Amino acid sequence: MGYGVFICHCGQNIAGTIDIEKLVRKVSGIRGVTHVEDYIFMCSDPGQERIKKAIKEKNLEGIVVAACSPSLHEETFRKAAESVGLNPYLVEIANIREWSAWPHQAEPEEATMKAFKIIESTVEKLNGDKPLEPLRLEVVRRVMVIGGGIAGIQAALDVAEAGIEVILVERSPSIGGRMAQLSETFPTLDCPQCILTPKMTSVAHHPLVKLLAYSEVEEVSGSAGNFKVKVRRKPTYVDWNKCVGCGLCMEACPVELPSEFEMGLAHRKAIYIQFPQAVPNKAVIDSENCIRMKYGRGCGLCAQKCPANAITFEDNGKAEEYDVGAIIVATGLEVMDKANFAEYGAGELKDVLTGLEFERMLAPSGPTGGKVVRPSDGRVPKEVVFIQCVGSRDPENWNPYCSKICCMYTAKQALLYKHAVPGGQAYIFYIDIRADGKGYEEFIHRAMAEEGVIYLRGRVGRVYQEGDKLRVEGVDTISGLKIVIDADMVVLATAAVPSSGVEELAKKLRIQLGEGGWLKEAHLKLRPLETLTSGVFIAGAAQYPKDITDTVSQASGAAAKAVAFLSKGYVVREPLIAVVNEDICSGCGNCEEACSYQAIKVVDGKANVDESLCEGCGSCTAACPSGAVQLKNYDKRQIIKMVESIVG
Amino acid sequence: MVYAYYPGCTLKTHAKGFELSAMASLEKLGVKYRELEKWTCCGTVYSLASDDAMRQVAQVRILTRAESAGYRRMLTLCSMCYNTLKRANMLVRSDPERLETINMFMDDEPDYKGSVEVKHLLEVLRDEVTFDKIRSMVSKPLRGLRISAYYGCLLLRPKTVSIDSSINPHVMEDLLSSLGAEPIDSPEKAKCCGAYLTVNRKDLVAGFAYEILSAARRRGAELVVTSCPLCFFNLDRRQEEVSRMYEDYKPIPILYVTQLLALALGIRDVYMFNLHYVDPTSLLKSKGLL
Amino acid sequence: MQLVIWRSKIHSPEVEKIIELSGQNVYSCYQCGMCTASCPSTGNMDIPPNMIVRLIQIGMIGKVLDSRSIWVCTSCFTCFAECPKGIDIASLTEALRLYHLRRNIDHLNLSSIPHGELLELPVIAMVGALRKFTA
Repeated sequence: MGYGVFICHCGQNIAGTIDIEKLVRKVSGIRGVTHVEDYIFMCSDPGQERIKKAIKEKNLEGIVVAACSPSLHEETFRKAAESVGLNPYLVEIANIREWSAWPHQAEPEEATMKAFKIIESTVEKLNGDKPLEPLRLEVVRRVMVIGGGIAGIQAALDVAEAGIEVILVERSPSIGGRMAQLSETFPTLDCPQCILTPKMTSVAHHPLVKLLAYSEVEEVSGSAGNFKVKVRRKPTYVDWNKCVGCGLCMEACPVELPSEFEMGLAHRKAIYIQFPQAVPNKAVIDSENCIRMKYGRGCGLCAQKCPANAITFEDNGKAEEYDVGAIIVATGLEVMDKANFAEYGAGELKDVLTGLEFERMLAPSGPTGGKVVRPSDGRVPKEVVFIQCVGSRDPENWNPYCSKICCMYTAKQALLYKHAVPGGQAYIFYIDIRADGKGYEEFIHRAMAEEGVIYLRGRVGRVYQEGDKLRVEGVDTISGLKIVIDADMVVLATAAVPSSGVEELAKKLRIQLGEGGWLKEAHLKLRPLETLTSGVFIAGAAQYPKDITDTVSQASGAAAKAVAFLSKGYVVREPLIAVVNEDICSGCGNCEEACSYQAIKVVDGKANVDESLCEGCGSCTAACPSGAVQLKNYDKRQIIKMVESIVG
Repeated sequence: MVYAYYPGCTLKTHAKGFELSAMASLEKLGVKYRELEKWTCCGTVYSLASDDAMRQVAQVRILTRAESAGYRRMLTLCSMCYNTLKRANMLVRSDPERLETINMFMDDEPDYKGSVEVKHLLEVLRDEVTFDKIRSMVSKPLRGLRISAYYGCLLLRPKTVSIDSSINPHVMEDLLSSLGAEPIDSPEKAKCCGAYLTVNRKDLVAGFAYEILSAARRRGAELVVTSCPLCFFNLDRRQEEVSRMYEDYKPIPILYVTQLLALALGIRDVYMFNLHYVDPTSLLKSKGLL
Repeated sequence: MQLVIWRSKIHSPEVEKIIELSGQNVYSCYQCGMCTASCPSTGNMDIPPNMIVRLIQIGMIGKVLDSRSIWVCTSCFTCFAECPKGIDIASLTEALRLYHLRRNIDHLNLSSIPHGELLELPVIAMVGALRKFTA
């Protein structure tokens, strides 16, 4: 009978500062405590055995483990207690390491006193604790993947192959993402069309995948295992059931606009198919620029040419709601606009391209058919300067981080340029060459030794027009020389940044963004595929720039996580959620307003908690004027008692 | 099988003691050799230019004369001879076109077919005679003699012709141990002595000699052995300049490794110590070896 | 110092000749500096070995041809033994010397060396020096 208190030495972490003997003596005097024990490592097997033995032999009604932060071992001790029949919610952790031993190493006596107070107040909490059962909620066996690049495609395919339904949401008209824009991929020089297009087709035709192209996530509610996602299907003004992707409409359309897919190096029409290998291969109308859409009449040339009568000009946009158990976010990356860089012409110099623009130029299916030519005059550039780390590794002005992919794609581009223009010279200004993947260092060696790419170690200070050349003023810090090159073309490896809109999406999903706006993982080392929001996983460059190899690996990993998460068929949730005392509740609705999770609603004049949605944050308890809403085992009375024991 | 012994220029003059002690030792150890007839200069330095077949003619001429005289193996003592002959042999063996050009050029010699192996004396002692056999034949162990072996460059580099590790060899130490001596390891043992810079930059060569010898001395060596006549000259003769550069410098005797081998085998009168700048006799006497 | 570079300067006839003569691919060098770190003669050089390679990479061949370093290199092949990319810098300095020697510009003038000293030198030293430093 009574409570047990178990004091951990944590090696010297706690015992080095706190007088354990004295603490044991004082704790033995706390009312209700019938058993006190200390041990060098309570979390170890022998430590746990001591706890179990004491619970059994002394028939303890609840225990306090005075040790480290509950985030480390609360679960360990709860499981140990449960294994000998003690309700796990009658196990409390008194954090005497982070709260006392570590911060007060210089004053051991006070630290010992503080540790005692922490334990004493935790015993007070235990006094009010009730045995609870974890909540068990059925899960929806369906996964939503947001983003249809190679990460999303891979994740969707892997989940679907595991026999679980997938909703794949892509905001542009076609899936394929950045990879579809690339010329060839390092280090194998595979053509992405050859290796990506089959995957695009597989995912689109997979019986368990529902592809929602040209759609965006609008609203997310619910929680792990039971999300409700509202998806907005953007209006295409074309009946996709009829559209056969013949492209006659594009030929007919008189409106020319810069093509997003071609990075502005070519035009598209106001009605367009994103690119020739698009999946789905369907046309959409850019309503802001379509003459007929803008003025409500006139033109209509596309509709006249359409053999399938698919073009309706009707707003066919709609909202759809999907129940899913898990979500994989695979929103990818963008590159910084060259207009940001005044030192390199602020986007005004026509023959200064970003790496992604140059990719399109190198692509056989690109705007120049793979020919490398100067946008300004169509001439073949004989001297091309590549500049790495533009906007990366620049904490003072732009991004502190390394964009990770640029060293390799720049080497690849220089190599492909040499193949396209055999007599040409490629120069690469770099700070460090980071080639840390399989076959990557060898690839850099190939660019240098076999293709004669000249690597110059240093940044470029300025690029400006000088006659029909671009004067590049850089440095080679190895030789200690300022280097000047009159180049025909300059390619900037501008920093990778998260895709636009990811911030809003993260808010909707209640997941966090870290430094630089990249999605924050639950733990960088040990839980890189998960977010801190249970049931939401990350794949690909949305987390941090990564190449295709890493992206695909991570996508498969995220898919496996999502499948594992749903495979039990239910989720167990902590029962430490809000509960309403209906006798006191006046139905004022303050709680409803305070709740961020739509988990508490006034029904028939009384507040009602949806157990599947409540996160146990406690906002409602603070908002409730009468104290009718309380958190289980965090009851206001318990907390007051704890405070009293500390100050008393 | 009989070796064609290729002496090279300096073995007949400055390095006479090297040749005499080596030959006497080989006879005692039962290695059969005959001096190659009509031998000519090896060129001393192997040409490093890709277009320079002319400068490989000298070596190939030596090799073809050995081949046509029926030899299959050629023995060298001098590191530079070893290096140039070995490299030229490797080149023409791997480049038939180059061989053809050279053969055409030497119209007064039979064509070289590439059948001769070039060996250095140390390889023969280690691989054919074996150090165990040498140990068993030592009659006058070099007990108590602390010796630093100096290799120089051309027995070790480039890697393709190395008789041992290019950076940290031990073949001479192993030989010295079998003779009963105490080998002293030195980080400078495979460092360059300055080679032919001794002609026009003896200041630099003296600097190298000082570093090499003082490193050996600091580690307790009483004498330094080498197997190259040019290294020998630079380490031995340039100690005059070293003594001038460093007032408190204490000269250290330099010996050819074969001179110690002959001493340990109890051979007499093959040493020519009169050709040495730093006289080793008092040290050898103090150890009871003379 | 400022250097203007362009492709035909980087690949000037002099550079191409040196690369051809030496048989070395200087472009595979990634400037780790192992050669300079291990070279016994670095202290006697005005341009260290890695910088010789660097300057050739960026077309500054004139500076390299004029350097003292190529005449203090003793072809000891330590750089070659240590180079992770297998570049034989000794062959490179040989090519650089030959550039002068083949224009009949000797580096060694025996008449400037005292007769007594010459008599003392072993044949091996004389032949070596003459082959390395004269046409």
